[in-house]
Amino acid sequence: MSEQYTYAVARIRALEVSLFSNSTIDQLIACQGYDQCLQFLEEKGWGDAETAGNAEAMLTREEEKIWEVVKELSIGMEHFAVLSYPKLFHNLKAAIKEVCTEEKNRHIFYEDVSIPGSAMLEIIKDKDFGKLPANMQHAAEEAYESLLHTRDGQLCDVIIDKAALDAIYAAGKSADARIIRDYAESTVAVADIKIAVRSQKTAKSIEFMKRAMAECDSVNVDLLSKAALAGMDALREYLLGTAYAEGAEALSESPSAFERWCDNRIIQTISPQKYNAFTIGPVIAYVIARQNEIKTVRIVLSGKLNDLPDDSIRERVREMYV
Amino acid sequence: MSIWENLGLVYALLGAAIAVLMAGAGSAIGVGIAGQAASGVVTEDPSKFAKVLIMQLLPGTQGLYGLLVGFITLSKIGLLGGGAVDMTPATGLMILAACLPIGIVGLISGKYQGMTSAAAIGIVAKKPDQFGKAMLFPAMVETYAILALLISFLAVNAIQV
Repeated sequence: MSEQYTYAVARIRALEVSLFSNSTIDQLIACQGYDQCLQFLEEKGWGDAETAGNAEAMLTREEEKIWEVVKELSIGMEHFAVLSYPKLFHNLKAAIKEVCTEEKNRHIFYEDVSIPGSAMLEIIKDKDFGKLPANMQHAAEEAYESLLHTRDGQLCDVIIDKAALDAIYAAGKSADARIIRDYAESTVAVADIKIAVRSQKTAKSIEFMKRAMAECDSVNVDLLSKAALAGMDALREYLLGTAYAEGAEALSESPSAFERWCDNRIIQTISPQKYNAFTIGPVIAYVIARQNEIKTVRIVLSGKLNDLPDDSIRERVREMYV
Repeated sequence: MSIWENLGLVYALLGAAIAVLMAGAGSAIGVGIAGQAASGVVTEDPSKFAKVLIMQLLPGTQGLYGLLVGFITLSKIGLLGGGAVDMTPATGLMILAACLPIGIVGLISGKYQGMTSAAAIGIVAKKPDQFGKAMLFPAMVETYAILALLISFLAVNAIQV
């Protein structure tokens, strides 16, 4: 047991007080309309003076606040690799698509990662893949060549998304902290299950599924893809025999219940960190909890903007960490 | 004055030094750990300063217990009054042994009380109304420092010089 995270964990405990609970999300859903929701969030301290009335800017500012806190804790950013890889690989995907299609799009890159948008664009334009981290180089080259020659955007997505899952899993396996290992395992397994469900619904081939899925310990990619090919009942039956049996029940309920279960599974993985005082676990859990909170608020705001009934919104909201 | 002629006194003085040094070190470590946690909470919520300060001070008592035993020992061997008593090496060793409980238990309990205080500061950070309950957890560790103080105190006093 190390005391090097004592300051960080105590500070995170103080910050956890301001995390949204399930009842706060209920209050947000109960707001009359989109504007009242924004006002509610502003009263809770979301966003800043520059983001008033702009939901997207407010959510982006909240995401930035998470990493500002993490940087102040003086913890090496390598511990957060499992959390930053999705953004980093998103930047790669966006840069390859922008270069290959020659279409300029604004605000499609994340800037708070080790390779921000402009740097990633330069690397892809110059085809200088050696400047990328080792776990991105091969996928970047393969995705770039395939998009350039086949113009198949989905194939490009599959190559990069699988590389991202492999990178998350490898970072998890090499981590000392148990929460990082558990998070990586859950993330990859849940992503594989999502791929299987969506592939089953869109009648994808087994080759496609195997190409998209990443290997992990808790799910057998071969059996999962065969089950998905056999049909939804076979897929549910396979999941019932794994640690993700609840996912099978959610799948029977509705597609949105399944998506909700996927995120809740991650929150359940990090929940024990509420009682941990001396490891990096509570810090990692706080980052995931904040990201989950922002995602949930985005779902509620989208629902309100599109005048969805409160019950439909409630069905889609995620379980909160506190 | 040769050190060998006053070996008893040297042993007794070593006992006093161990009591103060080890128990003080335990407190310093404990207060340091709890202080890091207290700083983390006050960074986000300065209104909790008083509560977390009390938590931080809890592991500081071991140092005081060590100091008390050190004083009693110095007084016993006459070093505080200016006239050191003559004592055999056996008596000196007995005083050294009498000082060990508070020295060793003070070091270990100080560190662990600090860790428990840091964890309890986490309770105060999230639920300030549970301050009383939170304080009980580190206070439990104190029991063993008090028991060690009692034995060291009784033993030093019981030795005839």
